[in-house]
Amino acid sequence: MDPKITVRDVDFFYGTVQALKKVSIDLREHQITALIGPSGCGKSTFLRSLNRMNDTIYGAKLVGDVLLDGRNVYGDGVDVVELRQRVGMVFQQPNPFPKTIYENVVFGPRVLGEADSGKLDHIAETSLKAAGLWDEVKDDLRKSGLALSGGQQQRLCIARALAVEPEVILMDEPCSALDPLSTLKIEELMQELKKDYTIVIVTHNMQQAARASEWTGFFLMGELIEYGVTGEIFSRPEDKRTEDYITGRFG
Amino acid sequence: MALANPPSILFVSVVGGPSMSRYFIDRWSSRVVLAFGITSFVVLVFIAGFIIRESMPALQEVGIFRILFGTEWYPRYDKYGILTMVVGSVLVTIVSLGIAVPLSLGAAVLLAEVAPENVRRIVRPAIELLVGIPSVVFGLVGMVWLAPLIADLGGKGSGSSVLAASIVLAVMVLPTITSISEDSIRALPRTYKEGALALGATHWQTIWRVLVPSAKRGIMAGAILGTGRAIGETMAMVMVIGNSPIFPSGLLSPARTLTGNIAVEIAAAVGTHQSVLYVTGLVLFVLVMIINSASVLAYKRKVD
Amino acid sequence: MRLSRRMTQKLAFGLIWTSGAVAVLVLVFLIGYVVVRGAPEISFEFLTTPPRGGLGGEGGISSCIVSTLWIIVTTMVLLTPLGLGAAIYMAEYAPDNRLIAFVRYSVELLAGVPSIVFALFGYAVFVLALTLHFSILSGALTLVCLLLPYLTRTAEEAMRSVPRAQREAALALGATKWQVVTRVVVPAAMPGIITGIILCVGRTVSESAPLFVTMGGSSQMPDGLLSPGRTLAVHVFYLAMETNALEKALATGAVLVVLILVTNLLTNWISTRLQARMMGAT
Repeated sequence: MDPKITVRDVDFFYGTVQALKKVSIDLREHQITALIGPSGCGKSTFLRSLNRMNDTIYGAKLVGDVLLDGRNVYGDGVDVVELRQRVGMVFQQPNPFPKTIYENVVFGPRVLGEADSGKLDHIAETSLKAAGLWDEVKDDLRKSGLALSGGQQQRLCIARALAVEPEVILMDEPCSALDPLSTLKIEELMQELKKDYTIVIVTHNMQQAARASEWTGFFLMGELIEYGVTGEIFSRPEDKRTEDYITGRFG
Repeated sequence: MALANPPSILFVSVVGGPSMSRYFIDRWSSRVVLAFGITSFVVLVFIAGFIIRESMPALQEVGIFRILFGTEWYPRYDKYGILTMVVGSVLVTIVSLGIAVPLSLGAAVLLAEVAPENVRRIVRPAIELLVGIPSVVFGLVGMVWLAPLIADLGGKGSGSSVLAASIVLAVMVLPTITSISEDSIRALPRTYKEGALALGATHWQTIWRVLVPSAKRGIMAGAILGTGRAIGETMAMVMVIGNSPIFPSGLLSPARTLTGNIAVEIAAAVGTHQSVLYVTGLVLFVLVMIINSASVLAYKRKVD
Repeated sequence: MRLSRRMTQKLAFGLIWTSGAVAVLVLVFLIGYVVVRGAPEISFEFLTTPPRGGLGGEGGISSCIVSTLWIIVTTMVLLTPLGLGAAIYMAEYAPDNRLIAFVRYSVELLAGVPSIVFALFGYAVFVLALTLHFSILSGALTLVCLLLPYLTRTAEEAMRSVPRAQREAALALGATKWQVVTRVVVPAAMPGIITGIILCVGRTVSESAPLFVTMGGSSQMPDGLLSPGRTLAVHVFYLAMETNALEKALATGAVLVVLILVTNLLTNWISTRLQARMMGAT
């Protein structure tokens, strides 16, 4: 089966500074791919390239191919807005809108044109359930999203991303701002979600990558050093740099 | 879960459906908003243009030098010299700033460094409230209370004078200078204050020798802004300065400001007379532009 | 003889406290004087009859109140979309180049132009050139020009203070830029925007020079946008300069001051309520 996302020979520049060098990787459907590496190695930049969030940064430029279901997302005539509906993102710092929980979740469907309140109610409930937040908030969806705890806010952001029915979910260090209990909940959530979605997660936490993902990619200074089945990467890394990072010699 | 717009297989925008209209709105909104964005610029250009246009007759017939440096203002006899009013405006501005700046600085230091929180919570809103009081109210109290007081204490006639106008103006610009100065002092890095205190300086020494000099640019920017507002004040000036187009012989003498001249004469002025009033407006416009440019430059250099 | 450092500090702080006291006292005195000396003149009749003119300043301020209301509504209806639109452009769409820096500079300049110059402009353009004559519309249009830079700047700052993360979250969900602006940024910036609008209303009530020149000074009840009129602030001026009814001037001033106080309180109250509601303290 073809990978969901294929990346070939991607170079990425912030102005004159090159942040990614000849990165090639396959991201497989209904699997979790973890991207690890020390700070500043380009993994977040890479993740943001997949849904063209880097377009919002002045001077950002990508050379190479990023194919979603075989079509280049940087090609001519590509609808970026629609791309972002298909490839969703959860950010490092939970960033719910200063609106009610309900309004947060249905924001996506609303901007896509859904106006029927019955359907929106249904979407809200389904998404919150899929994000594992429904039981905690179902009694008061009119509460402000900002009144939730950090872990709940992040799950709200996940529910919000699910509500637009993406095919891929990108997660940029989603647990780094959360406590261990919330982190665990989200990791469990990821295992559930991968049945329906393709997940790519950037993480600082190697244990998280080792236990939660099927595939792992190791980034260092803008290059993808090594990429393969998670078990293999962590027990028999081929590249010495990968081994050094995994055993904690740096990073 | 079915959405109204199931994601399309093709990436290119599909025709039809609500999906089309939001892209349409998006594209057009950026153009409409651009038109709005340049409105201020357009207004500024129009103002400059109209003022200049209306000034042309006077500039051609009387000439800028005779207007600007002429010492006699008798429109009925074709005497259009506004020098007395330039002096009036400048004098009132200088005296009012002389009163306001020390007071403002003191209040700013009080709010930024000296006063405890509960005092600050009363004083700062009080100062900000002062900004909103209409200028005619300042003028009225000046006219009804301050001018008679000055007359009793030795002024001429009604007491309407440069002094009365300066005091009123000082009170009007005080809040502006105070709040900008206070913000400038508060914006200083804590390390300045802590470094000085750690060396054994008293609180006052720290304020006077370290904080205020460091905030100098911001304070100056505030003072310059206050100057601009002082020169631009109209109605309150008309009410307390006496409106005599003469060279003020002292603080207790009446005078007339450039702004007051316009306000008092515009209703009945025609022809050249009216045009000269526009020239006065032009002079004010240029003056304030210079003052504000100086302020912007001072602020920019501060950031460097 | 050198004062010890402690003495110097005591002295200096004494002066500082005095300045603060002066500022507060001035405010209290001003408001107190106007209200105390003006209040006796305020009666139901005062508020409901128009001025009748004459050296004794006969009559009340009913037409002035109505004129003021007309001016507020007309000005704000025209100003708000213009100011918001401009702010949206500056905060969300304007590129970061020299042209925009120049436009921004011109907004700052416009903010500094004296109100009497706006009065002249309004007279030349609206009263004469557009033949609107002395009217509420002329006055409102002049005020729109005067207040535009202020509202633009306030609204722009409010929008800029919305964190970048909010915009990214909305974009990542597949919203168009316009949707991000109207559904996320502007709602989040609402407290600041509303504060700015209410403060503009306050300034509309306080302004006198531009309205003095463009509205005509008629003391009769206005019956349309093209009627001349006289706002409360302008009426104070007329009473003070043309009559000896100083008590009535003070009374009108008192009404003005109360209006401004209420506006200020409203601003604070609304902005804190909105902030609290957004942050979740329903």
